Amino acid sequence: MRKTKFSEANNSLSIGLKSKKIAIPYLIWILIFTILPIFLLMQYAFTNNQGNFTFANIERFFNPLYLGIMWHSIRMATMATVICFFLGYPIAYILSQKAYKDKTILLFLFVVPMWMNFLVRTYAWLFILGFNGVLNNILRFFGFEPIRLLFTDGAVLLGLVYTFLPFMIFPIYSSLQKIDERIIEAARDLGSNRLQLFFRIIFPLSLPGIASALTMVFMPAVATFLISNILGGGQYFLIGNLIEQQFLTVGNRHFGSALALIMFALIILCNVIFSYLSKEEKE
Amino acid sequence: MKLTKWLSLSYLILMISFLYAPIVILIIFSFNDQEFGTIWNGFTLRWYQAVFNDRQVADAVRNTLSIGIIAATTASIMGTLAAIGINNMRKGTKKVVLSLSSLPVATPDIVIGVSLMILYVAFFRLVGAGSFGFGTLLVSHIAFSIPYVILAVLPRFKNMNPFIYEAALDLGAVPFKAFFTAIVPQLMPGIVTGFLLAFTMSIDDFMVSFFTTGSGVSNLSLLIFSMTRRGVNPMVNALSTIMFLSVLILLFIINLRDSQKLKSRGE
Repeated sequence: MRKTKFSEANNSLSIGLKSKKIAIPYLIWILIFTILPIFLLMQYAFTNNQGNFTFANIERFFNPLYLGIMWHSIRMATMATVICFFLGYPIAYILSQKAYKDKTILLFLFVVPMWMNFLVRTYAWLFILGFNGVLNNILRFFGFEPIRLLFTDGAVLLGLVYTFLPFMIFPIYSSLQKIDERIIEAARDLGSNRLQLFFRIIFPLSLPGIASALTMVFMPAVATFLISNILGGGQYFLIGNLIEQQFLTVGNRHFGSALALIMFALIILCNVIFSYLSKEEKE
Repeated sequence: MKLTKWLSLSYLILMISFLYAPIVILIIFSFNDQEFGTIWNGFTLRWYQAVFNDRQVADAVRNTLSIGIIAATTASIMGTLAAIGINNMRKGTKKVVLSLSSLPVATPDIVIGVSLMILYVAFFRLVGAGSFGFGTLLVSHIAFSIPYVILAVLPRFKNMNPFIYEAALDLGAVPFKAFFTAIVPQLMPGIVTGFLLAFTMSIDDFMVSFFTTGSGVSNLSLLIFSMTRRGVNPMVNALSTIMFLSVLILLFIINLRDSQKLKSRGE
């Protein structure tokens, strides 16, 4: 009974507050721009040039060469995430302390670099790491031989850490910010020292923030193409570069789609695991 | 006690210098009087002059701004309507639609880029006409911005007063008018946040644009990328400095206005 009443109401107010139909254009949009592209990726991934069904593109990925690139991407992204965590957690922790009155200015200082186009921020490292760059000039000034910094693993790792560090700071900061002051006071009253307070109270309570921060750093890091392209000098290969090459240079959309699909599956899997973990923590 | 405070402050300063060092050096070298080098060779403004006289830069600026504004506006309208509809869905449906809608947020840019690219290829084949360019770029930017608008607008329903809309209807407003006078103003803060998010995402995007543009249509990110491919180029430094300062000034003005509004409301 109630249902019919509501749908009648919907018909009369096509643009009203209670209407669901207003979302229909968007549902069609999702169908075309979110779901259809995934199916097209699958179609490409599981067919060959003649349009016949094949597993060859997926099988090709399990070639040691491509598995190696994937493994290297995961390793670099993991290292970048771990470094970001150890650099970023203390920043978030210090910023969440009450001691700083001008907190907004400090927070602001950590946000502003993100306003610069991230392509440009990566490019800027060329001036620091280049053979005639700032760092090598400092080395020369002190009488050392210049060293090759650019186009190395280290340069790409540095680029990843630099770009994604803010993504680590803010989720952790906001979870630290939410911790009830009274819990900390209670712990103090019950005689816990600073270390106990941190490892038994503050750190566990910040775990949801950590989980989302880790996801926010790891996922774009594993999929990056620009950072490895600029700081790796084009010769440097991560899975993102491989996908780009298959689509734009080699022109093999079938293998490229298989790679994109595999990356997509990996990211969705990570997402599910991380959101499961952060839910566990909340319960 | 004092020692820890001193230590933490110096750590913050160290990290802030790490974040700003490349930006500062980039800006310094935009005034460097040398074409290919990373060695200081005296002050010049010629790179700024070159940026202002460059046709390609002017085209890229025009494309970036027009795509940003059109995409953010379209995404705000579609996203707001979608958010209203989603808010009225039953719990189960709502969950499914929301997770589908936030899928692009979780998907790596490169996967969005290539999947949209093959979508357009399939579309062109179906229609028998069409090519990559401004149109595909614009549609892609709308596509990846809508989820952010929805995520910004949805929380506004929690503290919304539904009776204002009903009151408007009771007082004789047609639903269309009631919608614009009673619902939209209540959602406005969320819509504005969504618009700004969408605009920033559009201006900042490289990856999706990279795979969905064609026939010589460039935005600023694409132009800068093609310039940096040939190594260090002081024009890129000058251009980035101008972009960075414009964003800084724009956000400063927005913040200033917001704080003035808060002040005047307080009085």
